[in-house]
Amino acid sequence: MTSPSANTAAGCAAPDQSAPIPASVDLNRETVLTGIVQNTEGEAVGGAYVRLLDSTGEFTAEVVSSPEGVFRFFAAPGSWTLRALSRSGNGEAVVDATVGVNEVALAVAPA
Amino acid sequence: MSRDTALVSADWAEQNLNTPGVVFVEVDEDTTAYDGGHIPGAVKIDWKQDLQDPVRRDFVNQEQFSALLSERGIANDDVVVLYGGNNNWFAAYAYWYFKLYGHGDVKLLDGGRKKWELDARPYTKDVPVREKTSYSAAAPDLTIRAFRDEVVEAIGVKNLVDVRSPDEFAGRLLAPAHLPQEQSQRAGHIPTAISVPWSKAANEDGTFKSDEELTKIYGDAGLDGSKDTIAYCRIGERSSHSWFVLKELLGHENVKNYDGSWTEYGSLIGVPIALGDEPGKA
Repeated sequence: MTSPSANTAAGCAAPDQSAPIPASVDLNRETVLTGIVQNTEGEAVGGAYVRLLDSTGEFTAEVVSSPEGVFRFFAAPGSWTLRALSRSGNGEAVVDATVGVNEVALAVAPA
Repeated sequence: MSRDTALVSADWAEQNLNTPGVVFVEVDEDTTAYDGGHIPGAVKIDWKQDLQDPVRRDFVNQEQFSALLSERGIANDDVVVLYGGNNNWFAAYAYWYFKLYGHGDVKLLDGGRKKWELDARPYTKDVPVREKTSYSAAAPDLTIRAFRDEVVEAIGVKNLVDVRSPDEFAGRLLAPAHLPQEQSQRAGHIPTAISVPWSKAANEDGTFKSDEELTKIYGDAGLDGSKDTIAYCRIGERSSHSWFVLKELLGHENVKNYDGSWTEYGSLIGVPIALGDEPGKA
């Protein structure tokens, strides 16, 4: 695994989603959207593709949920939509985010 | 170039996993994905370790690229099929390298890892052993690579296509939203650049939209077909994805990828920057 600092300095790939938020992240300034993808039985869904859509529905970022189902985005205050695609089905959640950590429940179900 | 020569489907890939002369290559920034499971027979290329110069801020040169492909057992006459995570961003970036260094037959796997996984196609953890080759890269084809001075001169003259998300374009975010936002460079975009997020070119499963849809997207965004085009993003990999669409799928002439992208431009002293959702004036 690459270190969080290496990721933020050079790359664009999503960091390990189950790792703790790096200490360098200032939660007085960052707007973090995080949560767990769950199926209809309430089980965590790892390997789900979770995308962040802005208030107009435009794609902003995508991560793959960790084996524990965890996802995390660094956004800005405002309205965001989270959308998950997985082999267990798809799901969506809308969140009004503020500065700091915003916990979001994201459930997926077969179509 | 066209879709038929530049792109292969997941079905085609699964049927050709053992075809002699076809080499699958997974390209990612974080290669733990490959280590956890990859397409059977695929070799890996690490975007950072393998494709960037370890000292200078630049990517590997002709000799380094030759040495890398020789070591991975890829020959000049192999058909190279590239794929990866992140909607094929880094695979598209590697595709651009293979073109830059004159590889004969290189293709992208439509949908990359995402489509493969959502289809529940097979992965393996077995790492293939390939005999070393004597790969010989051509001199770099700079007709597909843009540098900063050319980008500044292109303001108001050529098509500049900013493929980042709308919030990055406007200056409301400095990086893709899966990364922390603390960055050294200024926010905004290159004046007169049109905003066509890379994601508009892809379906939700990571495959490319049809040629008709793609033509409409760029036409509606105001891309002038009579002008040369330079695409950029933050570090040049999302713009490789859009470069691939414009040059390889739609067959536009004179399309360059500005791999310095916003991490370079947004750090330059004295260059103009536009803020907000509109392209801005030259």
